Amino acid sequence: MSTAIKDIADNTPINTTAHSESAPDPHNGYRKYAIGGFSFERDEYFARIKSPTGTHVVDIENFLRSMMRDVAWGFFYGWVNFDEVIGTVNHYGSVDLYMGTYNSAYREAGTDYTERFDSQNLLACFKSMLKDWTNTGFDPFAAPLETGTARGPKNGNNDAAVDFQRELADRFVTLPGDSEIRTDERGFPVNRQFSDVSQEEPEIHAEPGFEGEIAAFNLFKYLSRSPVTWNPSIVSIVKNSAYCPTSEEHILPIDHGNDRVEWFIQLSDEISWRVGDKDSGAPRAVVTMKAGDVSCMPADIRHKGFSPKRSMLLVWENLTPGLEKRYESGELPPVPAEF
Amino acid sequence: MDEQTVFASIDNYTKGGVEITGKDEPWRYLFSNMFEVTSNSQPWERIVVAKNLEFTIEATRAEGESPWYTCAHDETALLMQGAMEVHFIKPGDTSALPPEDKEGAVRLSGEPQGAKMGHIVASRGHLTLLPAGAAYQFRADGLAMILIQSVLGDESIEKWAEICQH
Ligand SMILES: [Fe+2]
Repeated sequence: MSTAIKDIADNTPINTTAHSESAPDPHNGYRKYAIGGFSFERDEYFARIKSPTGTHVVDIENFLRSMMRDVAWGFFYGWVNFDEVIGTVNHYGSVDLYMGTYNSAYREAGTDYTERFDSQNLLACFKSMLKDWTNTGFDPFAAPLETGTARGPKNGNNDAAVDFQRELADRFVTLPGDSEIRTDERGFPVNRQFSDVSQEEPEIHAEPGFEGEIAAFNLFKYLSRSPVTWNPSIVSIVKNSAYCPTSEEHILPIDHGNDRVEWFIQLSDEISWRVGDKDSGAPRAVVTMKAGDVSCMPADIRHKGFSPKRSMLLVWENLTPGLEKRYESGELPPVPAEF
Repeated sequence: MDEQTVFASIDNYTKGGVEITGKDEPWRYLFSNMFEVTSNSQPWERIVVAKNLEFTIEATRAEGESPWYTCAHDETALLMQGAMEVHFIKPGDTSALPPEDKEGAVRLSGEPQGAKMGHIVASRGHLTLLPAGAAYQFRADGLAMILIQSVLGDESIEKWAEICQH
């Protein structure tokens, strides 16, 4: 019988051994990676992940897109399911890598496997893999219509794309010393699917002595110039309330199982969310959001977004430290309001 | 190709919704549409459309001049429809201000005494900082709609059963 999910969270020892990597494969040019009981290799089409309980084969482009988000977000909040089988759970300092642990069929068969790593070690392993396995011309942050392919034998790299850093405001974009607006000069051209979005900035009339105290900027322009998809920035913080807007196109490469409540505010266009049970993956709901729609994602589900046109989504997060423990213990209900 | 980015307004919105595919209930998604909410509210009412512990996002129908407000912490105002000005005053009499730990916006009885800090002229999509300790007033010539990032307070109105799919 496999271990109860709660015991995994509480009692797993942390593997602090660094990863290893092979020399480039003489045939396809890619390195192979290993950390703990897991190994990773890629060929021209697929990534192949092995654990002591089995092998999992996934499309290489989907795999790289998922890993890009996991790396860029430092394992994010809670569960980052690369697909229905593999993924990571963030314990903030340590992180679980799993195969089948949050899939009811694997768990029933006892073929699930989890190992806990020091976050920095697993991040180093993933970063190195991502750099080696990403070919020139493939940007894992881009929508499929905007980028080339990751398939085929080793062909250069794309470190500029893989090293992209999202912009995180400390208080509010445009305040002195804080994040800046996005412009052509800063390397943020208007995205092809937002060519009709107004580029006018607000007028700021500060009285002498109050420059830098009042502030405003065009958020829709900011989002129209986002060069990446499914990768939130932070534009304003009120205490622990963070506005994390993002531009979305095609499919969120991961299924996010949050360890706290998050909210979505659809600013433009439309996204459909496929929602499943966080532990088993069983289907629960489809949430279709059009411009002006507001919806929470309860703390007990996983969600994956589908955006047919590039759209503007305001993701709203609560940064209060330790929230994951308060939801896990049941102190906080999974839905943030009742009626 | 000229793209057609879809923004909505109080007079022109289409609502999505929650469809259940397994074990779940629609109310748990607290699904609403900010334009529908503000089409049914009075000017300057702050209807909570999103809440995460004490933090809120409040949808406000904006028409004409708002009361003056102040707040002990930052807030922000995202204009989702129309045009507006936001005027700021640094109150001179700090005893009239809410205590530092007071959460949410506080409505003032009128325009406060103090130094004019300036004003902002905003249109759709513009995000304005309402800095902690300043008094502010919204002015909208026509119909406008503002989303306010704040903390649950005296001005916040919760009416989930009325606004959410269930
Ligand atoms: Fe999420």
